[in-house]
Amino acid sequence: MSSRMNPVAARLFAAVVCLLSLLPGAEAADLRPLLKQLASDERSAVVEAVEALGNSGDPLALSILEALQGGTLRLTPAGRALIASDTGSPLQELGSGKAAAADPTALVTPLVSNQVRRAIEPAIAQLQLVSPDGATRLKAARELARRAGPEDAALMRAVLARETEPEIRLALESALARLDLTNPDRDLRLQAIRRIQAQGDIQLKSELVRLTAAKEDGAFAEPDAEVRAAAAAAIHAIDRRQTLVGLVANLLYGLSLGSVLLLAALGLAITFGQMGIINMAHGEMLMLGAYTAYAIQNFVRSALPGLFDYYLVPALPAAFLVCALVGIALERSILRFLYGRPLESLLATWGISLVIIQVVRLVFGAQNVTVANPSWLSGGYAAAPGLVLPYSRVAIVLLGAIVVALVWLLLQRTSLGLQIRAVTQNRPMAASMGVRTAWVDTLTFALGSGVAGIGGVALSQLGNVGPELGQSYIVDSFMVVVLGGVGNIGGAIAGAMGLGIVAKYLEPFTDAVLAKIFLLLFIILFIQKRPQGLFALKGRAAEG
Amino acid sequence: MHGRLESIASLHTRRGWLAFLAITLTVMVGLPLLNLLPPAGGRLHLPDFLIPLLGKFFCYGIVALAMDLIWGYVGVLSLGHGVFFALGGYAMGMHLMRSIGTEGVYRSKLPDFMVFLDWKELPWYWQGFDHFWFAALMALLVPTGLAYVFGFFAFRSRIRGVYFSIITQALTFAMMLLFFRNNTGFGGNNGLTDFKRLLGFSLHAHSTKVSLYLVSGAALALSYLACRFVVSSKLGRLLAAIRDAESRIMFSGYNPLDYKLFAWTLSALLCGLAGALYVPQVGIINPGEMQPSNSIEMAIWVAVGGRGTLVGPLLGALLVNGAKSVFTVVYPEAWLFLLGGLFIGVTLFLPRGLLGLFDSAGQVWRRARKRPGPAHNPRSDDEPAATLTPMTPDGAAE
Amino acid sequence: MNGTGKPGKTWKRVLGGLAMLATVASTTARAEETIKVGILHSLSGTMAISETSLKDVALMTIEEINEKGGLLGKKLEPVVVDPASNWPLFAEKARELIQQHKVAVTFGCWTSVSRKSVLPVFEELNGLLFYPVQYEGEESSYNVFYTGAAPNQQAIPAVEYLMSKEGGGARRFVLLGTDYVYPRTTNKILRAFLHTKKIGDADILETYTPFGHADYQTIVSKIKSFAAGKPTAVISTINGDSNVPFYKELANQGLKATDIPVVAFSVGEEELRGIDTKPLVGHLAAWNYFMSIKTPENSAFIAKWKAYVKKHNLPGGDARVTNDPMEATYIGMMMWADAVRQAGTTDVDAVRQAIGYQTVKSPSGFDIRMDEKNHHLWKPVYIGEIQANGQFQVVWKTKGPVRAQAWSPYIPDSAKKIADWTYPWVCGNCTAPKYVN
Repeated sequence: MSSRMNPVAARLFAAVVCLLSLLPGAEAADLRPLLKQLASDERSAVVEAVEALGNSGDPLALSILEALQGGTLRLTPAGRALIASDTGSPLQELGSGKAAAADPTALVTPLVSNQVRRAIEPAIAQLQLVSPDGATRLKAARELARRAGPEDAALMRAVLARETEPEIRLALESALARLDLTNPDRDLRLQAIRRIQAQGDIQLKSELVRLTAAKEDGAFAEPDAEVRAAAAAAIHAIDRRQTLVGLVANLLYGLSLGSVLLLAALGLAITFGQMGIINMAHGEMLMLGAYTAYAIQNFVRSALPGLFDYYLVPALPAAFLVCALVGIALERSILRFLYGRPLESLLATWGISLVIIQVVRLVFGAQNVTVANPSWLSGGYAAAPGLVLPYSRVAIVLLGAIVVALVWLLLQRTSLGLQIRAVTQNRPMAASMGVRTAWVDTLTFALGSGVAGIGGVALSQLGNVGPELGQSYIVDSFMVVVLGGVGNIGGAIAGAMGLGIVAKYLEPFTDAVLAKIFLLLFIILFIQKRPQGLFALKGRAAEG
Repeated sequence: MHGRLESIASLHTRRGWLAFLAITLTVMVGLPLLNLLPPAGGRLHLPDFLIPLLGKFFCYGIVALAMDLIWGYVGVLSLGHGVFFALGGYAMGMHLMRSIGTEGVYRSKLPDFMVFLDWKELPWYWQGFDHFWFAALMALLVPTGLAYVFGFFAFRSRIRGVYFSIITQALTFAMMLLFFRNNTGFGGNNGLTDFKRLLGFSLHAHSTKVSLYLVSGAALALSYLACRFVVSSKLGRLLAAIRDAESRIMFSGYNPLDYKLFAWTLSALLCGLAGALYVPQVGIINPGEMQPSNSIEMAIWVAVGGRGTLVGPLLGALLVNGAKSVFTVVYPEAWLFLLGGLFIGVTLFLPRGLLGLFDSAGQVWRRARKRPGPAHNPRSDDEPAATLTPMTPDGAAE
Repeated sequence: MNGTGKPGKTWKRVLGGLAMLATVASTTARAEETIKVGILHSLSGTMAISETSLKDVALMTIEEINEKGGLLGKKLEPVVVDPASNWPLFAEKARELIQQHKVAVTFGCWTSVSRKSVLPVFEELNGLLFYPVQYEGEESSYNVFYTGAAPNQQAIPAVEYLMSKEGGGARRFVLLGTDYVYPRTTNKILRAFLHTKKIGDADILETYTPFGHADYQTIVSKIKSFAAGKPTAVISTINGDSNVPFYKELANQGLKATDIPVVAFSVGEEELRGIDTKPLVGHLAAWNYFMSIKTPENSAFIAKWKAYVKKHNLPGGDARVTNDPMEATYIGMMMWADAVRQAGTTDVDAVRQAIGYQTVKSPSGFDIRMDEKNHHLWKPVYIGEIQANGQFQVVWKTKGPVRAQAWSPYIPDSAKKIADWTYPWVCGNCTAPKYVN
């Protein structure tokens, strides 16, 4: 998208700015009373000052408002505006960027609350609407589409007349369309309705509904019948679109839930398939992976603060290693003695999980710990009106796919993978072919635990990290493994995705809990029909 | 009649019967007397709060028996038995809620939680619980019914081993989620609480607590005898055979489904009974009883005591719960370490539980006593009637 | 099958020794006379996250009182038990505290379930419980003193603020809570209140999720479509862990506080410690105390707390915060101590009569008193906005402490009830006095 205004206007704009900046202190003088008002204790006075700054059209006002929004604005008693910085660098003069000396105790930090923010956002939009940068103008236009009042109409029309960027024109037109719904001119109203229908913006649907509503005396809010009919048609179109968007949204939510389940359950599928023991401490591997992410995050934050946004890069292999090592330790010390006794190993691993939880509680505290999302994982992509795809969830779907691919490669293309598959399918035969089954068992357990660690890192980005993190995922992991069948990855994928998608489609009709209950009962019944799961290993030895 | 008496008498050896009677007398007569007779604060006085606590332990003992029946003797590890216990408890709890009458917080005919949910009348599944006999019947029938349906489908499909354990977890988890919903109508997260009276007797009166203690003790004794009867009979041997070599049993012409189902439903019935006795003594029933970790702890009572012995699990239940009560006061942080360590230690070092340990210790002791004197033939010693030493019941034979 | 190792009899001896030690420790008699104070908070399980700090602040207050000479010439001795977030265990431990340890007073409970399960025990044994957490009201017991907020001291002022111009002028409300008694009852009261403000059922969306629920995608989506067109606010009674995934989902789906503000009643400084607060700036909470309140009393309180954390090396160190239930525990304990001094004894009946006359200078700077009639504290109400550093910025407050309404006037059945433990009513929920002249 090109980002230039009409060249003539840009030059004119630049010239005006240059002229203005040649008058030292002039603009500052104009704004000084407003700055003093910003420092007021009364929130309504601050709001007034903000609105006035927005109407001023002064580019300096834009810097002031942006600083105010970001929490970096400081005001001296004399009314000078200074910018403070998070990282501890000295105060700067607003606009010029020069270092400024000021008594820190006399500085006032202006009060910002939701009420003030609600005024700042449209004020900034007003000022940004004439910015030379296209992306800024687009953002401003979108903001005005949501919050503009009739007083902004003139400005928007003026900018629209000069605007050449199609996306920005669209945003401005829809903003104007909303205001035009109450325009006395019938044709403008009709035009506005058609524009709204084309955009499918659900925010404006209620305005349309208002148009078709009847007042108490039977007369309609909208006197013209054709306009009413157009409004009704528009509402219908918007609803249809929303249903479609809803269906797609549920699919995507289901995929993301399925990926979470997959990452949580893949390790369990590997170990259960290989060794026939259910590892009740699997959830704790997830938890340890999440805590590893926390530790790495803290380390990077203190040692290499500039690289904080990339802390996940070392966190993933670190979590894999930590959990793999813990897995090896557990397998060598305790589980090794319990082979052939799956029920006992179930109980023993439950005991291990209690111990691990308590150790983590004593070391890190019973409280949850903060794991911050790096900036590139915060927020989302607005795919359609009303559908936002959070980046974190998209990343988890991708991570799940990558992990599955890597595990598949390992199992299918390496000699270790060959040995693992051999031992899974027929242990005695593999042993007699010279495979060191005990060693393969240890490595498989390490692999399963390591994958769980990676799953834990993913979970840390979505929700809580606390000692009991694993407990909430253990039953789900079991269900995925039981449903999908044991011993192969395809089963785990099918189980996880199936459960995730079905749950999300059920949820809008029942509530989340009933959906889960139905799924559990379904699995219990499904197991009767097909005890070995969806994708079971074939062969006599496999059923042993 | 004589044959019947004889068959009961043969449940234990003479020493066994003496031990049984001695313990029963101490618990049912001795302890209550120690509580009621000596003056409060005196050295011999059994503190008041121990009575409902021990009564609670008796209920846990019945559950331990039920678990041993299907795990120790049939080889089926259920990690969801808490659901049967809780259902029995809910049935009794519903009756106790109805007994509150209009003395609840909202002074309404309906239970308090229905008032804050804005329900105007009693749902159909609450009808009938005003009557004690109905509630008692439901406390036994509902868990049994659920167990029958679940067991029928599960055993028919020959689900066994870890798979079976996992789906019992799924069952109890699903039921827990269901009961946590306020809309399900059983009090949601709060559960049923604030009970006032049972059959006209105030639940806060000490005499009622002692009575409940005695009833629980009697129920435990009778359950024990019933289980002992089952496992000593031909049916018991069949169950043990199913545990050890199910395929072979099938080839011998028996349908294991019927026998497993019988043991399974009997075990659920016992849990329901235990739950019904538990609730009046504890004063609250809520979905937390159905959480998977509770059921897994029930398995550890059996493992600690010794599977397949009936006595072992009772011992295990008493020890583990006693330790829990002590440790959560004295050293709360250490309790989970101890419990976890118990799980690990018992499965690794004590596969036959404490009773197995005593048994081995006893054998070593006896052998040591016989060592001096070469003329002495060790084999002629009369060993006590061998307790049924279980083979490790796992999926090895499957 | 591998053989099982038998490490020998030594471990058996060790175990036996430990068991003996445990029993001895639990029954050792104390040499000197002390006044025992029971502390009944979950130190493990789901509620440990919230309740551990209350135990710590209770111990801090006891230490403070002991340093000043104790009470009636005796030192206070805390008896800490861990009911492990297990409701039946709460009742058992309460009974143990009163009957076995003979505590003079108990400070404890957090969830309404735990309080409801110990209530019969305290009433039966005539014990005294101080309950420090905000709750749904509809209760007033002879044996309980409620130092947390009733709905009219928290929920109703918050909704009024949201409806005001300053709060965004909301006309549509989402009542989102965890599925248990506190959110259900509070939402019932709020719905009735909104009806009186001419907000109809079509503009109210009520949804519940279970404890520990982590997937809010569908619900946030629903909120967005419900909010389209009218200024909307979300009233969140989500409890515990679930707040984190909820807020994260809100932030990721682009719901800003300036569009749809969320006011929470169970999110305080302690809960914010576990969340990245940058995306939450602007969302609100309503309490009777915030750590950011600037009064000399609060600075002293916070300093005391930080010193205590340092001295006892509590996990979290400098990051530990103070919050409303902690302040309520502190006030409750100071009030009880004053009442004991006034009554000259720890006897429950005497202390109960004396508490109604006590006022305590709270960290919020106000003189807080206990209402002897309904056993609830008078509390000031604050509304705060979350800031990036995990603290709250106060945006609205009452002029002074507000009296609690134990029975909500918005629910027809409750509106008739009076909680008044003084003569001639002497009753927690009657419509007529017990004693008629």
